[in-house]
Amino acid sequence: MIFKSRLPAAPYIIWVAVFILVPLFLVFFFAFTDTGGNFTVVNISDVAKFGPVFIRSVLLGLIATAVCLILAYPFAFAMSRMRRGLQKIVMMLIILPMWMNYLLRTYAWMTLLETNGLINRFAGFFGLGPFQMLNTDGAIVLGMVYNYLPFMILPLYTVMIRIDESLIEAAQDLGASFTGVIIKIIAPLSKPGVTSGITMVFVPSVSTFIISRMLGGGANFLIGDLIEQQFLGNAYNPHLGSAISLILMVFILLSMALLNRFDDDETEGMLV
Amino acid sequence: MNVQKLLKKIFSSGYTGFIFLFLYAPIFILIIFSFNASKSKSVWAGFTLEWYGRLFQNEFIISAFRNTIILALVSSVLAAILGTAAAIGIYSLKKRPKAVMMNLTYLPILNPEIITGVSFMLLFAFIKLSPGFLTLLIAHISFSTPYVILNLMPKLRQLDRYQYEAALDLGCNPFQAFRKVIFPEIFPGILSGFLMAFTYSIDDFVISYFVTGPEMQTLPIAIYSMIRKQISPEINALSAIMFTVVLVMLILVNIKDIRETKKREIKY
Repeated sequence: MIFKSRLPAAPYIIWVAVFILVPLFLVFFFAFTDTGGNFTVVNISDVAKFGPVFIRSVLLGLIATAVCLILAYPFAFAMSRMRRGLQKIVMMLIILPMWMNYLLRTYAWMTLLETNGLINRFAGFFGLGPFQMLNTDGAIVLGMVYNYLPFMILPLYTVMIRIDESLIEAAQDLGASFTGVIIKIIAPLSKPGVTSGITMVFVPSVSTFIISRMLGGGANFLIGDLIEQQFLGNAYNPHLGSAISLILMVFILLSMALLNRFDDDETEGMLV
Repeated sequence: MNVQKLLKKIFSSGYTGFIFLFLYAPIFILIIFSFNASKSKSVWAGFTLEWYGRLFQNEFIISAFRNTIILALVSSVLAAILGTAAAIGIYSLKKRPKAVMMNLTYLPILNPEIITGVSFMLLFAFIKLSPGFLTLLIAHISFSTPYVILNLMPKLRQLDRYQYEAALDLGCNPFQAFRKVIFPEIFPGILSGFLMAFTYSIDDFVISYFVTGPEMQTLPIAIYSMIRKQISPEINALSAIMFTVVLVMLILVNIKDIRETKKREIKY
C-alpha cells in the first residue's frame, strides 16, 4: 500500500451516497408510494398492464443484439488478424461514428427511410416500392444495430487480439477442421468479449426511447417511451414511472447476472 | 479449409467494406445534402452554403453550443479532481470496502441512462433544486467521475512504491513526494479520464434531457428539438461540422501516437 491515507476518497463517498444512492432510493420509494406518500403496491401491479410493451422491447433488443453479434464477430476476428498499423486505422474508423451525436446518426436513417427518401427513390428507379420503412419495428432494430454495433465490435476485438495465432496453427496441425478451430479455440477464448458486447448492446437497446421515437413513430412504444411519458409526457405519473423503471432495472440486473454466469473468467471485459 | 483462407475470403467478399459502408453511408449522405440548394433530402438541386450561413446565425444553436462547452469543461475538470482523489483513496482501502466502492462506481455505467436521468429528476424535485445549469453540472459530474476512476486504477496498480518511499527517505514530505513522484506517473491516466469525461459530457442527451430546465439548452437537446420541430438542412450542416471536427481530432491524436511509437523505436 503506497498511501496510508484513505481520506481522499471521502468526498467521492459522500458524492456517491447523495447523488447515486439517494436518487436510486427515491425511485424505489416512489414506486411503492401513492401521491399522498402512503405505501402501495398498485404502481407495481399496474406495470402488468404494460406487459406487451415490455415483451416487445425485450424482443426488439434481443434481435438487435443478435444481429450485432452476427455482424461483429467475423469483422472483429478479421480485424484482430490485420497488420498492426491497419488495425489502428480500422479501430479509428469504428470509433469515429460513435463520436458523432447519436441523435444525428439516427436522424440520418430517418431521412433515408422516409417514403420519399433516398432508398425509396432508388428502388423506384427499378420500378419497386415505395416501401413503408420508417415507423416500423424493422426501422427500430436497424437504428439499434446502427448505433450500437461498435459497442459489440470493440470488446470482441480486444479479446480476439489476445488469441495467439500459433494456438490456431497448432490446432490445425493436430488435425482440427475449420469448424473445430472455431468451436474449440476461438469461441471459448472470445467468450468474455461476447458477454460484455451483449451487455453493451442490449442494455441501451432495451431502454431506448429516442430510437423508437425517431424511427418507430409515435405508435411503436418501447419501455423507454413509457418511462419518459410518465415523467415528462402527457401521462405524468412519476409513481408509475418509478415502478416501471424499477422493474426494468431489476430485469437488466438479473439478465446481466445470468449472462455473467456463462462467463466465469475474471477478465476486465466491461470497458474497452 | 483453414483460417487464413477464410480470412482471405472475408476480405475478398468485401465484408469489411460492407460494414464500413453501413457505418458511413448514412453520415456521408447527410453531409452531401447539407450542400443541397433545396430542402429535399433525396433530390439534388444544386450546390449551396446557405445552410451553413443560417446555422452560424442561429442564436439558439450558438448559445446551446456555448452551454455545452462550458458544461463539459467545468464538469470534466471537477470530475477529474474528484475522481483522482477518489481513486487514490479507494486504492488504499481494504479489500471489502474497496470492492464495494468499485461496484458503486460501476453502477452509473451499467445502469440504463434513462433510469439515471429519472432518478436525478426525482432527487432534484425532492430537494427543490430548480432544473438548470447546476442540476446539469451535478448530473454530468456523477456520470463522468467513474470514467476518471476506472482510467486511473490501472495506473495506480503499476506504480513503483519504492520510488515514493525513496522520495520520502530523501526528505520529501508526503505531499511533495506525491507531486514529484506519483503525479507525473499517473497524469496520463488523469488526462485520458478527463478526455473521456469531456466527450461523454458533450455527447450526453438522455440524462441531460431529464435534468435540464426550459432556459438551459445543451447542443444535443437543441438538436433533439430541431429534429422534432422543423426538419431543416441546418441539421445536416451541423452534422457535417461535427463529423469534421471529430475526424480532425482523431487524426491529430493518432499522428501524435504514431510519432511517439516511432520515437520509442528509435530510443531502443
